[in-house]
Amino acid sequence: MTAFVDFHDVWLAYNDNLLAQGQFAVEAIDLQVGEGEFIAIVGPSGCGKSTFMKLATGLKRPSRGTVRIGGQAVTGPLKITGMAFQAPSLLPWRTTLANVLLPLEIVEPYRSSFKQKKAEYEAKARALLHSVGLAGYEDKFPWQLSGGMQQRASICRALIHEPRLLLLDEPFGALDAFTREELWCALRDLQAAQKFNVILVTHDLRESVFLADTVYVMSKGPGRFVVRREIDLPRPRDLEITYTPAFTDIVHELRGHIGALRQPAAEGVQ
Amino acid sequence: MNTRAQRLQAWSPWLLLVAVLLVWQVLCSAFNVSEFVFPSPARIAGQLLEFKAEIAHHAWRTFWVTLAGFGIAIVVGVLLGFLVGSSRLAYAAIYPLMTGFNALPKAAFVPILVVWFGIGVGPAVLTAFLISFFPITVNIATGLATLEPELEDVLRVLGARRWDVLVKVGLPRSMPYFFGSLKVAITLAFVGTTVSEMTASNEGIGYLLVSAGSSMQMGLAFAGLVVVGAMAMAMYELFSVLERRLTGWAHRGSQAA
Repeated sequence: MTAFVDFHDVWLAYNDNLLAQGQFAVEAIDLQVGEGEFIAIVGPSGCGKSTFMKLATGLKRPSRGTVRIGGQAVTGPLKITGMAFQAPSLLPWRTTLANVLLPLEIVEPYRSSFKQKKAEYEAKARALLHSVGLAGYEDKFPWQLSGGMQQRASICRALIHEPRLLLLDEPFGALDAFTREELWCALRDLQAAQKFNVILVTHDLRESVFLADTVYVMSKGPGRFVVRREIDLPRPRDLEITYTPAFTDIVHELRGHIGALRQPAAEGVQ
Repeated sequence: MNTRAQRLQAWSPWLLLVAVLLVWQVLCSAFNVSEFVFPSPARIAGQLLEFKAEIAHHAWRTFWVTLAGFGIAIVVGVLLGFLVGSSRLAYAAIYPLMTGFNALPKAAFVPILVVWFGIGVGPAVLTAFLISFFPITVNIATGLATLEPELEDVLRVLGARRWDVLVKVGLPRSMPYFFGSLKVAITLAFVGTTVSEMTASNEGIGYLLVSAGSSMQMGLAFAGLVVVGAMAMAMYELFSVLERRLTGWAHRGSQAA
């Protein structure tokens, strides 16, 4: 059985100079993700998590190794992916609804039929916004929404063209703890309903354990995966689960790996 | 919700103007300053009324010449700004030269323009244009060049071409910068026209200033200055209103309350 996302011994140096010096942003990345799997990548900041995102979307090509997604070698920007970042980066001159519709104005096959089928697409966007609790805010502007609401809209924008792979780069990092937990549940429900793949980059261990099927721990300088941990907690998971011993044991265990990683880095050992 | 403080703020420019005029008038009257050296507000107002037909004629000329130069400045400024802001190479190539050009005093161009176009409309329109396109170019370029990289990634992954990003995001995003620059540029355009008219025209407020000065009609010269200032302020206000109407999303702080 072939994996949906398949990284085979991937190395990336950002430019030829760094390549010649053997300075890689990420090294020897091997990763196989099954169809519909939710994975999380955790690690200290600056460990190459965002580089990994660029590889997975085809925005960067690996210096060595291959990236295959959906059975196809990645050679350029990949339209079956949707992305959301820590900053919601919504366009302030567009309403929430128009922001969510933006990808459909760009990506084919929606682009060519956007004018004819606008009503249909709008209904779809409204339904999506409704499902994350933004009903009634479709015609408000982003700056009239709270930070959590903006991030919900940003995730809707990443999902409107029904991508098979959703990439999230610390999407909840700027939110307060309660809003963050609400959004975890919103994401959990969306993924349960639509079965898309998710790669979540985060440095919140509780977040990764609560949401993901598999958690990868990344080390810093060089950026490489050091631990792969399957999360065998039953689904659907409720927020209550985060207070059970089974959950906190996993978080504690992962924290141990990160702690162990930091020490050699502090001594400057590569 | 029109509180006292807000009302005061709305009227404050007028109150300050009246206060300045009063002090000016009192000083002129108290020290008996000669009208030939420094005319009082009353004298200027008197001259404004006395020569109103002549002033209106020259003011109209200055006004449309300025708008013509300003119109060219908008077209050239936007196109150049678009070029500079959308391409790294163009930015690297054009920006230093343009900065150097902007440092040249535009009044120095007037004699050259006279050689090329003769006395009259030509030099004035072009001086207004030369002095006012730079801020427009810089602002459009800045608006385009400071796009958030994450947003660009989001769109590029979807297969967006550079053009899509510019039209869907870059241009709307640079609109507040554009309107901001129009307000600066229009006042500069009036400076350009007036300076050019002072040496290279037989019409317009600039010409009026020089001829009034040379015949010691200081009241009339000051009246001319007042008219240029008033026209520039009116145009500035016009662009402020347009800015608030069209790019309200960028000024939400003042509206959301």
